[in-house]
Amino acid sequence: MKILVPLKRVVDYNVKVRPLPDNTNVDLNNVKMSVNPFCEIALEEAVRIKEAGNAEEVIAVTVGKSESQEQLRTALALGADRAILVETESLLEPLAIAKVISKVVEEENPDLIILGKQAIDGDNNQTGQMLGALLDYPQATNASEVMLDDSNVTVTREIDGGLQTLKLNKPAIVTTDLRLNEPRYASLPNIMKAKKKELTVKNVNDLGIDVSPRTELLSVELPPSRDAGIIVESVDELVDKLKNEAKVIG
Amino acid sequence: MNILVIAEHDNANLKGATLNTIAAAKEIGSDITLLVAGSDIASVISEAQQLNGITKILNCDNDLYKNSLAEELSNLVVSLASSFSFILAPATTFGKNLLPRVSAKLDVQQISDIIAIESEDTFKRPIYAGSCIATVKSNDAVKLITVRSTAFDPVANDNSDVPVESVEASNSANISEFVSEELAKSDRPELTSANIVISGGRGMQSGDNFHLLDSIADKLGAAVGASRAAVDAGFVPNDYQVGQTGKIVAPDLYIAVGISGAIQHLAGMKDSKVIVAINKDEDAPIFQVSDYGLVSDLFNALPELDSKL
Repeated sequence: MKILVPLKRVVDYNVKVRPLPDNTNVDLNNVKMSVNPFCEIALEEAVRIKEAGNAEEVIAVTVGKSESQEQLRTALALGADRAILVETESLLEPLAIAKVISKVVEEENPDLIILGKQAIDGDNNQTGQMLGALLDYPQATNASEVMLDDSNVTVTREIDGGLQTLKLNKPAIVTTDLRLNEPRYASLPNIMKAKKKELTVKNVNDLGIDVSPRTELLSVELPPSRDAGIIVESVDELVDKLKNEAKVIG
Repeated sequence: MNILVIAEHDNANLKGATLNTIAAAKEIGSDITLLVAGSDIASVISEAQQLNGITKILNCDNDLYKNSLAEELSNLVVSLASSFSFILAPATTFGKNLLPRVSAKLDVQQISDIIAIESEDTFKRPIYAGSCIATVKSNDAVKLITVRSTAFDPVANDNSDVPVESVEASNSANISEFVSEELAKSDRPELTSANIVISGGRGMQSGDNFHLLDSIADKLGAAVGASRAAVDAGFVPNDYQVGQTGKIVAPDLYIAVGISGAIQHLAGMKDSKVIVAINKDEDAPIFQVSDYGLVSDLFNALPELDSKL
């Protein structure tokens, strides 16, 4: 079995992102970039399935600038067998990314595609489901458990009221939620080994698909700020304020 | 301007986020159709018929839609799409699961999680865990949108007796099946619709200590939530999680206990009307957004608060 893990280079989780002074976009100058945290969980799950003897190959793929090779090398150090970069200078929207990945799927024919439920930059939560629609593959989003047998994958999903379990025909798409696993750190020997693993670079223009943008970003602003209130000295004062000043409890 | 809103329900009742989504649709136009697809949904239909703001209900009562499988439901929505220039769904796990699948089938770039409508093609939405707000213009002929429910007040029930039209089910995709569901049972209100929410963070130290919150929640009629740190530490299940990667809430009163106030948590609750923070660390960032802060050990403050309510 072959597993494809699409992943994304994003601003590191710990960076506090701010708008540019002219509000045309966010300020990404000199900030640390990393693998999107949900994509790390996706890769970890794929590597664990392989380590359990249920898959032969894990392929990491990303769509982005040449610098995204860094994140693919990280994926290779974390256990991916090989990697594919579909290079583009422009920042693609989720629909275009799903179209590009569907082309990679047609070439690679994976049995399972595992990806993050959302990227922490755009917070769109779209790519996995769109890929499912383009390929007519079934999907299980927000996975907290993945179990495989010969022809199906059974996935427990985090839904608003609790948990839901679905059984999907393979090939299938799974998007990851936080509790699926805890990703490992790359060891130094594995980082060294990753440098020798295969990383193929393709150009998005050679795929013959329309990736032109459908939306325009008009402005980026800070959200309305909330002023700090007061510090109360005691529980009594707190209860009094909530009853008589804010009037939010009876 | 024909608008289709996809109802979220559990085959017995409409989910509250549907009402907020209709409210967002009303800001775009007045010709609003509500699609209710499910199995044995007579009670949902009669509930929907009372709602203010919708002109028609499409009823698709078929076993295929009993569990809202995205593979099946997306085919149905695509089959109806040609009559509409807007398709809206709530930005809940239901809508997030479904709508991108419809969007890709229609070759539309969806706009996720909108918090404001600037014009019929321009919307505001949070990005980077709510650190910034983007204003985005869609150039697609049809707009597909998920709506953040806390940003729009729900439509009312005005006994309007909205007309109902039945629609045929689509062919089954037959590539996925429902196995089981394990829904948290609670007498308390749901997190996303509660008027009061009390949440615990890593400072709670264990899942057992959440009973300190439970007792206060019962007295206030509040829902209990948690920060991602408390979920990651295994104190409580993920459906408690308030924050960018969990639920977005905006109650009248939000009480944050032992929560430091990471940006990802603030993204999920900072639109609450009144915020209370209880934390023993006076430098915790949560105090910068709280209306009332109490610098105190929660293991002393919670029992005292409990006794005084």
